[in-house]
Amino acid sequence: MAETVLMRNFGRADSHTLASYRGAGGYAAWDKAQTMEPAALVDEVKKSNLRGLGGAGFPTGMKWSFIPKSHTGPVYLVVNADEGEPGTFKDRYLLERDPHALVEGMLITARAIRSALGFVYIRGEYVQPWRRFSAAVKEAHDAGLLGRGFDIVVHRGAGAYICGEETGLLSSLEGKKGWPKIKPPFPAIKGAFGQPTIVNNVETLCCVPPIIERGAAWFAGLGTKTQGGTRMYSVSGRVKQPGVYEASVSITLRQLIERAGGVSGTGRLKAVVPGGGSAAILTADEIDVVMDVDGCRGAGTMIGSAGVIVMDESVSIPEALLVLARFYAHESCGQCTPCRESTGWIEKMVHRIVEGHGRKDDLDTILDVAKRGGGTTICAFYDGAIGPYISYIEKFRGEFEALCRS
Amino acid sequence: MPKVTIDGKEIEVEAGANLIEAARRLGIEIPHYCYHPGLSIAGQCRLCMVDIDKAPRPTIACNTLAADGMVVHTETDRVKETRRSIMEFHLINHPLDCPVCDQAGECWLQIYYMKHGLYDPRMTDEKVHKPKAVPLGPHVMLDAERCILCSRCVRFCDEITGTGELGIFSRGDRSEIGLFPGQDLENNYSGNVVDICPVGALTDRDFRFQVRVWYLDTTKSICPGCARGCNIDVHVNRKRPHHAGGRRVARLKPRFNDAVNAWWICDVGRYGFGSVDDESRIRFARQRGQDLTRDDALGLVIAALRDHAPDEIAILASADLANEDLFALRRLAEHRGIRQVAFRVPPATPAADDDFLLRADRHPNSRGAEIIGLDGDAAAILARCRAGSIKVLWVIGHDITAAGWPARDVADALEHVGSIIYTGTNDNGTSALATLVLPLAAWVERDGTFTNFLGRVQRFRAAVEPLGDALAGWDLFGRVLGALGGPVAGGRAELWFRELARTVPAFDGLSYQSIGDGGAMLAGAAPTTAPEPPARRANAAASVAEVSR
Repeated sequence: MAETVLMRNFGRADSHTLASYRGAGGYAAWDKAQTMEPAALVDEVKKSNLRGLGGAGFPTGMKWSFIPKSHTGPVYLVVNADEGEPGTFKDRYLLERDPHALVEGMLITARAIRSALGFVYIRGEYVQPWRRFSAAVKEAHDAGLLGRGFDIVVHRGAGAYICGEETGLLSSLEGKKGWPKIKPPFPAIKGAFGQPTIVNNVETLCCVPPIIERGAAWFAGLGTKTQGGTRMYSVSGRVKQPGVYEASVSITLRQLIERAGGVSGTGRLKAVVPGGGSAAILTADEIDVVMDVDGCRGAGTMIGSAGVIVMDESVSIPEALLVLARFYAHESCGQCTPCRESTGWIEKMVHRIVEGHGRKDDLDTILDVAKRGGGTTICAFYDGAIGPYISYIEKFRGEFEALCRS
Repeated sequence: MPKVTIDGKEIEVEAGANLIEAARRLGIEIPHYCYHPGLSIAGQCRLCMVDIDKAPRPTIACNTLAADGMVVHTETDRVKETRRSIMEFHLINHPLDCPVCDQAGECWLQIYYMKHGLYDPRMTDEKVHKPKAVPLGPHVMLDAERCILCSRCVRFCDEITGTGELGIFSRGDRSEIGLFPGQDLENNYSGNVVDICPVGALTDRDFRFQVRVWYLDTTKSICPGCARGCNIDVHVNRKRPHHAGGRRVARLKPRFNDAVNAWWICDVGRYGFGSVDDESRIRFARQRGQDLTRDDALGLVIAALRDHAPDEIAILASADLANEDLFALRRLAEHRGIRQVAFRVPPATPAADDDFLLRADRHPNSRGAEIIGLDGDAAAILARCRAGSIKVLWVIGHDITAAGWPARDVADALEHVGSIIYTGTNDNGTSALATLVLPLAAWVERDGTFTNFLGRVQRFRAAVEPLGDALAGWDLFGRVLGALGGPVAGGRAELWFRELARTVPAFDGLSYQSIGDGGAMLAGAAPTTAPEPPARRANAAASVAEVSR
C-alpha cells in the first residue's frame, strides 16, 4: 500500500484546526515555498506529474504556465470545490477534515502564478465543509498567513452541477447564470472578471504542499509514468465498506474494490463505473484497469473524479442508466442546443424502455443521438453524458432489449 | 490582414473578422441562429459548424477568427451531417405550428430545415410544453415553445439598450426566455427583438395575425419619425387587401445602414405609421366641407396666390415634406415674391432626444427645410395674422390649434385670416377650420429624399399608390407654380431633385444615383456613423472609471 499523503491528517484530533495542522508540520511547505521563485514552484509541480484531480486530468504545472507573462493586472486563483460528479465525495472530506491543507496549497499556488486573490467556490449543499473551510480561512487570517499579499474569498454555489465545469463556475462566481463560456479565450488568458485565472480542484491543490515539501521526484514516484502521486477514490455502491480510499494512482480497479471489502449484495460483480457518473461503464471482466488518467483512457473510459460506483449482479443496468439520464436532463444548463435537447429526449426514451414501452429501435436512436451530439458543445458536460448513454447500452444491450417490445 | 481559403476560394479580410463574415463576403452562407453581427458571440446554437484543416472535428465559425492561411470547408459530408443533427435537435421540441405561426415564410427553422435538415423525424415522445402567447411588453409577444434559445433577444437588451429586461430561466430543455420579476419589455427599442428572433418565438403584437408574410412587398424607405432618418423597409400588403382591415402598410422593419442606424430602429418610429391608413386621411379636396375636384381646388389655390399681394400671404411649410417638395415650394414662394415662409411650429409638448437613435425633433427633414431656405419666423407670421395683415394663410401638415402656441393667440390669428388653406395627409384641428383643404400623399405613397440632422440625404420610395386625389408635395406645388407661369422642373420627384442640386450649393453634386440606398452627405457635412448603443457607452464609461480609480 502506498503512502498516505492527502489523508495524512484525517485521524488527528481536531484535524481541521490550525493548531492540529501546525502540530503535524503544516505550513512548513509554505515556509519553504516563500524561499523559492514562482517559476521554480511551477517547475517543481510540472516535474511532479501532478494531474488535475477534478475530472479532466490536465497536467497542473502546465496549466499554471499558461498565465501570460506580460500580464500586469490581477491574476486570480479559483478553487473548484463544487464537487458534484455522481459518486464523488472526496473534496468534502478534505474540506471538513483538513481545510488548512487547501489554504496552504492555495498560498503556494498563488505565489507560483502571482495571484493576490483566491476564490473558493463551494458546492451549496456542502454546509459543514463550508463552515470548516471558512473557519480555517479565518484562523489563517488571524495567524497572518492570509491577508499579507494573498486573500481568500469563500463563495457558496446554489446547487447546479454545471457550476462545477470550470467556466460555468466562473460565470456563476461573476454573478451570472452558471453557463460555461466559449473557448477560446481559455481562463488562463481571460477568466474570472476578465482576468487571467487558474481554476484547480480542491484535491489537486492539497497535493501541492507535500510536493513542495518533499520534492517532485518523491511525488512522481508514488504514481505511474504519466501521473504522479496518490489520489482519493470515492468508492460507493455494492461494496462492503464504501468510503474514501487513498491509493497510488497505479492501483487497479480490482485492488480498489478489494480494499473496499469486496462486492456486497449478491457478491458477484456486474459492472463498475470507475470515474464518476460521466465515465463509461466497465464490465466485471474489465476491472484490471490501472486507475490513472491514461490507464482508464486506454480502457475506453475515464478516471474523471475517481468516483467508483460498484454494481453487483442484482443491479438493473437500464434502471441505473435512467438515474443518470434523469440527472443529465435535469442538470444540462440549456445553453447549447445538442445537449439541451437531447438529454431530455434520451431521458424520455430510457424512461419509456424501463417502463416497458420501449421499442428496439429506441436503442439505436439513443446511440445515434448520443454520438451525433458528441463534441458539438461548448463544454464537456454532454461528452460526459454520452459516456454512460453509449457504454451502458453497448455493453448491456441484451438487458435493454429484454425490456423492449419486439 | 489575414487571408483565408473557404471552399477553395481565397479572401482577405480585416483582422477580427470571423469565419461567418469572411464566408459571407465570398457569397457563402454558413447557417447560424445565435450569431448576429451586432451582438456578442454566444456560440450556443451550434449550427455554424465548419471543417478547418488540421482541426480534429467541426468548429463553430462564429467564434473562430479568420487567421492567415486557414483553410475552411463549409460543405464536407461531416459538416452537412453535423448540421442535420443540430437541426434535428433544434426541432424536436418545437411545436411545428407553422400554419398558425406569424413567422412562417420568414422563419429560419423552415429555411434551414429545407436547406440543411430534411431528415426523417424520430422524436415520438411528448414534447416539452412551455408558456404560449405571453405578452412581454406593449409590442412583443412570446411563444416559449417556438423559442430555440439563441439568446439574441437577451443579448440585445443587455448589450444594446442596456435595459436587461430579459433572461433565460430554468435549465436544460425546460429553459425559457422570460422577464425578470417586476420588468416589462417596454424600452423604446423593444421591437428589434422581434426582428432578430430567427423563429416565431417573439412576434409583433401590432402585426400578429394581420397578414401572411408571403403576401407582403418590400420597399426601401426612410423612417419619417424623427430627424435621424433611420433606414427602413416598408412592408405593404397589396395582394390581400381584405386582410388586416384594409391596412396597406403592414409593418416597418429596420434596414441596415452602418452610417445611420445599424440594424436597429426605435419603437416610436416602428409603430408610427398608423396615420397612413387611418380614417383621418384626407382623400379629396374640399371647400368648407364640400368635396371639390382636384383641378377646382388647385384653381382656388392659384387664384388666392395670384389675387393677393405677396405680403398678404404666409406659408407654414413643414419639415415632414421631402427636399423636392420644399424646393418646389421655395420656387413658388420666390416666383410670387412671398417672403413670409416658415416651417418651425413649436410642438405642444416638446420632446427630448432619447439615449440612442430617437431625436427630439420629430420631423424627418428640418435640416432640408433649413438649407433650402424656408426657415422663416413662424411666431412672426402668427403675430401678423393676429394683426390682420395676412389674408391667405397656407398651412402644410401642421395642426396649429394643437401646437405649442397659446390657444387664444392661435384662435385670434385664425379669426383674422381671410382664407386658411390646409394641405396635408390627415385631418386635424386646423383642417377642420380651413376654408380649403387639399390632400397630400403620405411618404410611403411617393418618391423623395429627406436630409437628416447630420446632413445625410437619403431616398425613400413609393410603396403604395396615393389615396384619392392626394399628390406629392412637389407635384401639388409644381402644378400651382406652373399655372402661375413659374419654372417647373418636371413630372417626377427626381427631376425636382436635379433642379435642387443645381440650385442649392449644399446639394451640389448629389443625384438619386449617387445617393443610392445608403444615402450621401451634403457638401461639407462630415460622414456619419451609427451612434454607439447606450449599453456600450455605459460599459466604456465604466471601464474608464475603473482605470482612473
